[in-house]
Amino acid sequence: MTGYIELSYLDLVLAALLLLFNAVLSLVFGLQLEKRLLIAALRMTVQLFLIGLVLKALFSVASPWLVGLTALVMALFAGREILARQQRRLAGWWGYGLGASTMLLAGTVVTVLALTTQLRPEPWYEPRYAIPLFGMILGNAMTGISLALNGLSALAARERSAIEARLLLGATRWGALQPFARQALRDGFTPMLNSMAAAGVVFLPGMMTGQILAGVEPAQAVKYQLLVMFLIAGATGLGVLLAVLGSVWRLTDHRHRLRLDRLTGDLDAA
Amino acid sequence: MLCVEGLQRPGLGPISLHIDDGECLALMGPSGAGKTLLLRAIADLDPNTGRAAAAGQARADTPAPDWRRLVAYLPAEPGWWADGVAEHFADRPAALPLLAALGLDAGCLEWAVARASTGERQRLALARGLAGDPAVLLLDEPTAALDPDAAVAVEELIRQRQQAGVSVLLVTHRAEQAERLASRTLHIRAGRLVEGGGS
Repeated sequence: MTGYIELSYLDLVLAALLLLFNAVLSLVFGLQLEKRLLIAALRMTVQLFLIGLVLKALFSVASPWLVGLTALVMALFAGREILARQQRRLAGWWGYGLGASTMLLAGTVVTVLALTTQLRPEPWYEPRYAIPLFGMILGNAMTGISLALNGLSALAARERSAIEARLLLGATRWGALQPFARQALRDGFTPMLNSMAAAGVVFLPGMMTGQILAGVEPAQAVKYQLLVMFLIAGATGLGVLLAVLGSVWRLTDHRHRLRLDRLTGDLDAA
Repeated sequence: MLCVEGLQRPGLGPISLHIDDGECLALMGPSGAGKTLLLRAIADLDPNTGRAAAAGQARADTPAPDWRRLVAYLPAEPGWWADGVAEHFADRPAALPLLAALGLDAGCLEWAVARASTGERQRLALARGLAGDPAVLLLDEPTAALDPDAAVAVEELIRQRQQAGVSVLLVTHRAEQAERLASRTLHIRAGRLVEGGGS
């Protein structure tokens, strides 16, 4: 089986009618979600059409600089998303910078590794491979990193007296925060582990399904999906580790003090 | 020996004080006057400026973890990071005599922290802090949650440490406790030491 069935705009409009059902649901039960539903659907439509145009232009030029720039912009948006998912975050540029930079680093390292060793397109930065791959890795690592950072800052604030007790007994900043950093790492790894465990049984991963719909042999689609899952696992591990280490470093100082005043929403900031 | 010079942080100081080897200095003052802030600042737990030295070691030249082993600060409300009492003691056999001196039976190491009463936790934390043989003790109301018998045991332990040469800075609300243990009493108000009490 090769080739795929092309969609017309009318097909999309018909599918979008399903949203009307949701809107009616919202009205009947007074959920007050109609407006948000409409805005989210419109936003998604515009964003996806735009990225479609960007990708089309990018594919036709195949410039390494433009690929790099696109990846950077994606990581910057991911950084904002990470920030928005944290209740207590590092104050100032650290809050944004830590998430965005670990994302960018982990995503780039793993994507470049996959492009140069496993996929080997010609040239290696071929945007048709580089951008979707980077995007998938970013999207999943982002979830892990935001969960880990959120977990660590919440724990540090809640367990202040426990952390200070460890410091008072002569622990270093790393030693004092170790059990809590460990918990945060676990938080960050959980979604990736869950999705690996459930893939193929509870749900069919979106990328694999997409490839099958586009006419790819299922066995090949499975191989691609496995590659992507492993890459996601690697990037999540690297990103979560760097983010947690960076966060521990910023939440403490050179005199091994716990610095909750560097979190937003500190109740007794000096 | 503890020597503090020009210690300062927002809401506190500058404060200078000196405690000899084996001396106990009591610190009294109304709630919110800065007693706990002062102890935290000496232990270098909050950002602060000024000089401090203990047992011949300048704080500025000592890594913070080493400083806190030398100068042990015991907060009024101690923190616990694990469920079991035993996990909080690095050297359990060494802690046993301390626990006994504080009127806690040896079985308490098998307890869950949540099971211990406030007073028991305060004594467990004292044993935990003393186990490392610090040269200076910063005690924040060490007997506040204790019944009279336990308070006597704690005071006796503090006296023993003094005789061994340990300098003690004792925050207390009880004037009679200050009189029993301390050779001098300082008063703190709005973050500053004020005249009053003993010499």
